[in-house]
Amino acid sequence: MPELTYREAIRETLREALNNDNRVFLMGEDIGAYGGAYGVTQGLLAEFGEQRVKDSPIAESVLVGAGIGAAMGGLRPIVELMTINFSLLASDQIVNAAAKMLFMSGGQITVPLIIRTVSGGGNQLGASHSQCLEGWYAQVPGLKVVSPSTPYDACGLLRSAVAEETPVMFVEHSLLYNFRGPVPDEYYTVPIGEADVKRVGSDVTIVAHLRMVHVALQAAEELAEEGIEAEVVDLRSLRPLDTDTINESVMKTNRAVVVEEGWKTGGFGAEVVSSIMEHSFDYLDAPVARVAGQEVPMPYNRDLEQAAIPRPGDVVAAVKSLV
Amino acid sequence: MAMTLKELAIKKPVALDLYRKMVLIRRFEEKASEMYGRAKIGGFLHLYIGEEAVAVGTIPPLEPRDYIVTHYREHGHALARGLETRRIMAELFGKATGTSKGKGGSMHLFDASKGFMGGYAIVGAMMPIATGLALASNYRDEGRICLCIFGDGAVNEGEFHESFNLAALWNLPVLFLLENNGFGMGTSVKRAHAGKEMCHLADAFGIPSEMVDGMDVLAVREAAIRAINHVRSGKGPFFLEAITYRFRGHSMADPVAYRDKEEEQEWKRRDPVVTFRRELLQSRAASEENIAKIEHSVDEEIAEAVAFADASPNPAHDEMFKDIYRE
Repeated sequence: MPELTYREAIRETLREALNNDNRVFLMGEDIGAYGGAYGVTQGLLAEFGEQRVKDSPIAESVLVGAGIGAAMGGLRPIVELMTINFSLLASDQIVNAAAKMLFMSGGQITVPLIIRTVSGGGNQLGASHSQCLEGWYAQVPGLKVVSPSTPYDACGLLRSAVAEETPVMFVEHSLLYNFRGPVPDEYYTVPIGEADVKRVGSDVTIVAHLRMVHVALQAAEELAEEGIEAEVVDLRSLRPLDTDTINESVMKTNRAVVVEEGWKTGGFGAEVVSSIMEHSFDYLDAPVARVAGQEVPMPYNRDLEQAAIPRPGDVVAAVKSLV
Repeated sequence: MAMTLKELAIKKPVALDLYRKMVLIRRFEEKASEMYGRAKIGGFLHLYIGEEAVAVGTIPPLEPRDYIVTHYREHGHALARGLETRRIMAELFGKATGTSKGKGGSMHLFDASKGFMGGYAIVGAMMPIATGLALASNYRDEGRICLCIFGDGAVNEGEFHESFNLAALWNLPVLFLLENNGFGMGTSVKRAHAGKEMCHLADAFGIPSEMVDGMDVLAVREAAIRAINHVRSGKGPFFLEAITYRFRGHSMADPVAYRDKEEEQEWKRRDPVVTFRRELLQSRAASEENIAKIEHSVDEEIAEAVAFADASPNPAHDEMFKDIYRE
C-alpha cells in the first residue's frame, strides 16, 4: 500500500475534490502563491488556477462568511483558516451563521462548507498560536467536527466532508503534517461520526483525538513492556461523537483514561468522561482518569511548552494509577 | 423632491404598486405591533415604520433571480420582495406555516425561492455572506447580483471593511445598501461614528457611492436603478446610502428616551407614505378612489394574514430536532 504524509494525503484529496466537481474551490490566506502556511495546498494554484484556488486577504470573518455565502449560492467551498486560533475572528460566521442556516431557514438553505484549520501547540508559537479550540465548535448543533490523526483518516474523512451538505470543521494538527502512513489507491471513505480502535488491548481504554492519539499509542507501547495492554480509541469525529465505540471498549477493559491536548476545565474530554459515566458506570473498576494540557496560556520557552502538553509519560502514569 | 413622476417616466401601475407596497409594510408593522401587545408575537420585534421608501425603492427594481440578504429589521424587505404576507405573519406568530416553520422568528426571515437569503440578527454578519453569494454568481457566470442591506451600526463593524475590500478586490456584484436611520439601537450615529458622511467610506476601496433621501421612494428608486445597472454591468460593487428614520423605538421594548422629540416630529412630517400619497394625488397619477381601493385591499390582506397566522398550528414538538443536519 502506498504511503503518504498527512500533508500529502490532504493535498491529494483536495486535488481529487477539485477534479471531481467544478463547484469545489479552495479559499484561504496564502494557500495559493505561497503554497499554504503548512504547505498543504502547494502546487494547487498552478494546477487549477485562480478561479479554483483563491488567495484571500487576511480577513477571517469575510473569508468564512464568503464561504458560507458561496455555499448558499450552490458552490462547495473548502476554506482554510490558517490556525484554529484565527477562527475566533470568524467564530460569529461559523457559530451564528453556518451552523444555524438550515435550521433558521426552516430547512430551505444548506451550507456545504468545509473549514480546514490547524489545532494544537508544540511549535513554540506562544499562547495565541497554540490552542486546541475544536472542542468549542464540537458543542454547536449544526456543525460537524472531525480531527484525523493519520493520513488514512485524513483522506477518508475529507472525502466524507466533501460529500456533506452541512458545514464541517476539519481540524488538522501542525505536528502531524510529516507523519507518514498508508493510504490505499482504492477509493474508500471514513464516515464522519465513527471512532476507530487504533490499538487493541484488554486492560485499559485510552481515548484521544488528533495528535494525542500518537501520544496514547506511544504510552501503550511503554505500558505493554510492563504487561499492561491498553486499547487506544481514536475519536476521529468530535461531533457527532461515537459514544458506542468508546463504551464498548470501556465495557471490555473496565478502565479508562481520557487524553486531550487542550485545557481540562470544560474540555472535550469531560464530554467523553460523561458518556462513560452514563453508559459504562457499572463496568468501571476505577474512576475515569483524565490527562489534559496544563491550564496555562501556552508558554514560549521550549521546556515549559513541552511540560504544558501531555506526554506519553503522563498517560502512562495515569494508566498506572488505575491498574 | 428629486424627480416628479413625469420626469421619471414611471408608469401609473408601477407608481400605484410602489404605493401599495409601502402601505402594506406600514399596515403590517402596525398590526404586528398590536399583535405583540396581545402576546401573539414574542421575542424582539423591530418595526420598519418610517423607512418604507428604502425597501420599496430598492427591491422591486431587482430581478427575480437576484439575491437579498439583510438585517433583523427586515419585515419590510420581505414584503417588498413579495414573500407571502400571511407566511411572514405566521413566522412572527411562531407557527408551522411560517416562512421558517416558526423556527426562525421575526429576525430570521428566509425564502430561498425568492432569493431572500435571510435576515441576520448579528450586526454586520450579512455582509460577508453577501460577498459569498455574489462570488457564487460570478463563479458560475449567472449574472445575479446581491443586494446587501445593513444599518448604520454595521458600518463600525470590522465585517463592513472586510466585505467592502473583498467585493472590490474580486469585483463582486454586490449592491451594498446602508439604511442610515441615525441610531444604532439607542446610540446616535454622531456618538458612534468618527467619520462624517458614511458613503465616502467607499472611496477608500474605489467603490462608487451615492447618498439618497431615504424618505422619498422615487428618489430611492431612481438611485437604486442606477446602482443596480452599475453592479449588473460587471463593474463591481456599489454603495448606496439612504438617509432615513425609524419612527418607532429600536424594538418594542424601547421607550426611545434618548431621542429628541422635535427631531422625531420633523422626520414624521416627512413620512414617506404620506408624502408619496400626496405626490400621487397632486400629480394626478392616482385618484382618491385609487388610493382608497389600494388601502382597502391592503387592510384585507393584513386581516387575512392575521387570521391565517392565528389559525395555523404550532410546529410539532419534534420539529425542533429537524433541519439541524441535512443527510
